Amino acid sequence: MEKSIYTFIIKYSLRQQIILTVLSFASFVPYYYYLTMPKTIVNQGISGKDITFPYNLLGQELSQTTYLLMLTAAFLGLVIVQQCFKYSINVYQGISGERMLRRLRYELYAHVLRFPLPTFRKLSQGEIIPMIVAETESLGGFIAESFSTPLFQGGLFLVSLGFLFVQNWAIALAALALYPFQLYIIPKMQRKVNLLGKERVKAARRLSDRIGESIQGVQEVHAHNTARRLLSEFSQRLGDIYWTRFEIFQRKFMIKFLNNFLQQAGPFLFYSIGGYLAIRQQLDVGTIVAAVAAHKEMGAPLKELLNHYQQREDARIKYEQVIAQFDPDGMRDPRLQLAEPDKIEPLAGELQVSQLNLADEAGNALIENVSFQVPLESHVAVVGNAGSGREDLALLLARLLFPGKGKIAIGGNDIAQLPEAVTGRRIAYVGASPYIFNASIESNLFYGLRHLPLLPRQYQGEELKRHQTHLREAAASGNSTDDPAADWTDYAAAGVEDMAGLREAGIRALRIVQLHDDVYQFGLRGTINPNREPDLAEAILKARAAFRDKLARPEVSKLVEGWDRARYNRNATVAENLMFGNPVGDALVPERLAEHPYVLQVLDKVGLTDTFLKLGHQVAATTVELFADLPPDHEFFQQFSFISSEDLPLMQELLGRASKERLGELKAEDRARLMSLPFKLIPDRHRLVQFDEELMARIVQAREVFASDLPENLRHAVAFLDREKYSAVATIQDNILFGKVVYGQAQAAEMVSGLIGEVIDDLGLRNRVAMVGLNFECGIAGGRLTQAQRQKLAIARCIVKRPDLFILSDATLPLDSASQGKVFEAILEEFRSRGIVWSLQRAQLASRFDRILVMRSGRLVEQGGFDELDREGTHFRELLAQE
Amino acid sequence: MSLNEEVELLRNIPLFAKLEASKLKLLAFTSERLTFQPGQSLFRQGDMGDAAYIIVSGEADVIVDTPKGPLKVAGVKKNDFVGEIAILCDVPRTATITAQSELTTLRISKDLFFRLISEFPQMAVEIMRVLAQRLEKTTSDLRDTNARLRQLQGG
Repeated sequence: MEKSIYTFIIKYSLRQQIILTVLSFASFVPYYYYLTMPKTIVNQGISGKDITFPYNLLGQELSQTTYLLMLTAAFLGLVIVQQCFKYSINVYQGISGERMLRRLRYELYAHVLRFPLPTFRKLSQGEIIPMIVAETESLGGFIAESFSTPLFQGGLFLVSLGFLFVQNWAIALAALALYPFQLYIIPKMQRKVNLLGKERVKAARRLSDRIGESIQGVQEVHAHNTARRLLSEFSQRLGDIYWTRFEIFQRKFMIKFLNNFLQQAGPFLFYSIGGYLAIRQQLDVGTIVAAVAAHKEMGAPLKELLNHYQQREDARIKYEQVIAQFDPDGMRDPRLQLAEPDKIEPLAGELQVSQLNLADEAGNALIENVSFQVPLESHVAVVGNAGSGREDLALLLARLLFPGKGKIAIGGNDIAQLPEAVTGRRIAYVGASPYIFNASIESNLFYGLRHLPLLPRQYQGEELKRHQTHLREAAASGNSTDDPAADWTDYAAAGVEDMAGLREAGIRALRIVQLHDDVYQFGLRGTINPNREPDLAEAILKARAAFRDKLARPEVSKLVEGWDRARYNRNATVAENLMFGNPVGDALVPERLAEHPYVLQVLDKVGLTDTFLKLGHQVAATTVELFADLPPDHEFFQQFSFISSEDLPLMQELLGRASKERLGELKAEDRARLMSLPFKLIPDRHRLVQFDEELMARIVQAREVFASDLPENLRHAVAFLDREKYSAVATIQDNILFGKVVYGQAQAAEMVSGLIGEVIDDLGLRNRVAMVGLNFECGIAGGRLTQAQRQKLAIARCIVKRPDLFILSDATLPLDSASQGKVFEAILEEFRSRGIVWSLQRAQLASRFDRILVMRSGRLVEQGGFDELDREGTHFRELLAQE
Repeated sequence: MSLNEEVELLRNIPLFAKLEASKLKLLAFTSERLTFQPGQSLFRQGDMGDAAYIIVSGEADVIVDTPKGPLKVAGVKKNDFVGEIAILCDVPRTATITAQSELTTLRISKDLFFRLISEFPQMAVEIMRVLAQRLEKTTSDLRDTNARLRQLQGG
């Protein structure tokens, strides 16, 4: 990147800078006339000096009034012209500033993508992010006026000075007399401010680094009770920033003070020395006044210049400091990174490693003189203790690290010279802590197939125009013009033709890594849009019927209580029973059903209001009795209580006020508080109150009223349960169940899910359901998945792209031992005729490999087959013995 | 069954007999009522213990795996408290318990059990008493058995 901000500006925005400067100077012309116009209006238009009426203008005879009106109209016109100039200059400045800012940020981000891996050990995201986002922000504004302002203000200054010289050269020299002093002292003071500015930028960066670290390590903070120390450290850092800033503005204002003082010292000299000369009649008074005026006239642009100078210094520091961070040694070659070869051949031949060396930042050898040669399609195990260099070797082979010396060649090609398009597609790597992006499982699974936009998205009409405008603008800032909305998926690479085929392949890969069951479960808990997938909805309705048939068997008949419009469901909440449907949107969320006026109206109509109040009272009384003795932070509150610990005293007090018989007299808010409690009750689960037949019949009655009286504006807020219809808001599982798993039956949930599994398999739906599960969102850094699930997904992501060489580094370590073995075997089987390099923690596993490389302290100490190495005196035997 | 009935039921179990009514109510409320069909197991020998059970109604067999196959060593019935050893000492289940008839239980999870013990010392004392009684019974049984064995060997 350009080392100085001016090189950057000239390289990318010279044209804009010239146009802006020209525009600025052009705006002088109307400005000049705008300034002289009032004088003309007063002297000629109003006072009629130096002019006779009727006045002849271009053959037209004008009276004084007409002439005056014409002059004022011209004045107004000049105002408009001048403002138009200002407007277009500002807009154009804005555009070029924003473009440059966009370009700068893009460049910086592109640099981050090219950083060598070790850089991230020193440079945290907490430092990088503010550099790209916040610190560059102010640069845009400065860049826009970097040339026009100094030229324009400098011009003004020179014009004033020239004018003064023409008037009286002696006075001009006098006016200039103080400037050398100013020009000497101010940059000197500014330099100190600049240093402090650098300090401030660094301190702010450290601060955001600190915040980022606290967020990432928040578990440790709680686990070790270190919040207080963190707060203290944070306070100290804030203090550093405070003191730096305090010193900066002190000095800045001191510069201003000095500058203003020197500016005012001019008139002082003129009045005192000039006055003295005038008294002695060596100078006339008019000249003094003119000199003072001219000096003042020169002051304004000079002040602007000084401001600009300070801004420039600020911008220069920021730019240089940011750039310095973004140019670490060993950056990836941008040509290799983005090059797109015409044809990418599969890798084949020998994997040849010769004299490989790698050192860390301090120069300690991590890998020393490693050489070996194997056919690419063989399976190679790398074993060794921690610090033996086996992880680094894997990273080198995957070209995630670049060797210091030596070469890795595949089929005779040095992989360091291959474009990323080859290494990133034909080689796959998965380590012990792979990253899962905050997107769906599907996006993560097919992540390795999305290298370039293959199928452009078709735009039409307005959309097309907008798209083209956006493309032009991106190009103007040197940004990428690839369309993220295009189809980037390389189906051919996965050996399929379309998305449907790819999903099949994806599910297959998930099966290899033993993740398909989990994804199937996600699918059961997922929803589908029956309009978009009518066949699946249909099939699930069939599954619902088949499931009902299964429940006919006596041993499982009690496991599920199905929905029946005419019967109360004892395993569902009162709210669910009343609504007999799923809420759509948030008008009728179950938690706040008791507050909804329509629901209250329904209860009133069937005469349940008093009953609900009494129920509420009963629930409240029992809850208070049960929980009153417990400390407020007791876990039981969260797990079991209907009333939060904060609300408990309030409820206690309410119960003291309200006797059971006179609940009707309570205030509206107290009533609402009691009314809300029964809605959460599940009769068979919470044994707080007795649910008799009569009460349940009444609630079923309320259910009918709720449905029949439903006003127009709530029609779309609820999807009623219907035996014959697929519910888009309910999960697939709930759609199949069409009821509730009963409480209190041992292993009911397991048995029900087993039955659902049977039904799904009978109908051949397992893969379809798993495909719904592909839409499951993984959360930030895959946080909604377990560590084992993340690991499996990362391995599947590599399998889907069908690499010629698969490099794994402790990749199955986080898996439980049962699935670890299965996944291990399945991967070896899947890659039977393709290359694998597997860095293993357990040497025992190496028995399944063609070739074993034994690493020790960065050196390759032994290599060969398992039987060859498993003999007395080998390091390999030692490693085996350690297990 | 309502909460009050469950409290009555808990009161009949020696372990809980001396607890205050309000504590019993909390125990009843926070424990899970679980029904097992004949043939279903509460837990199996060798599993790690995660809960203890109070038999509310029905009967179950206590079965121990032996080299010769499963052997029924005892039966449990209403008001019995089973499965507490495994959660107290963190040892695997020492036997399998299989429902013989439809079996209703109150399941007290390990967490809940320890919480109750640590918060209500009366209960801990009660449990100690019951376990001590059991130990005393086992010891006297052992004494009897030893005596019989010696008699047999001597005779």
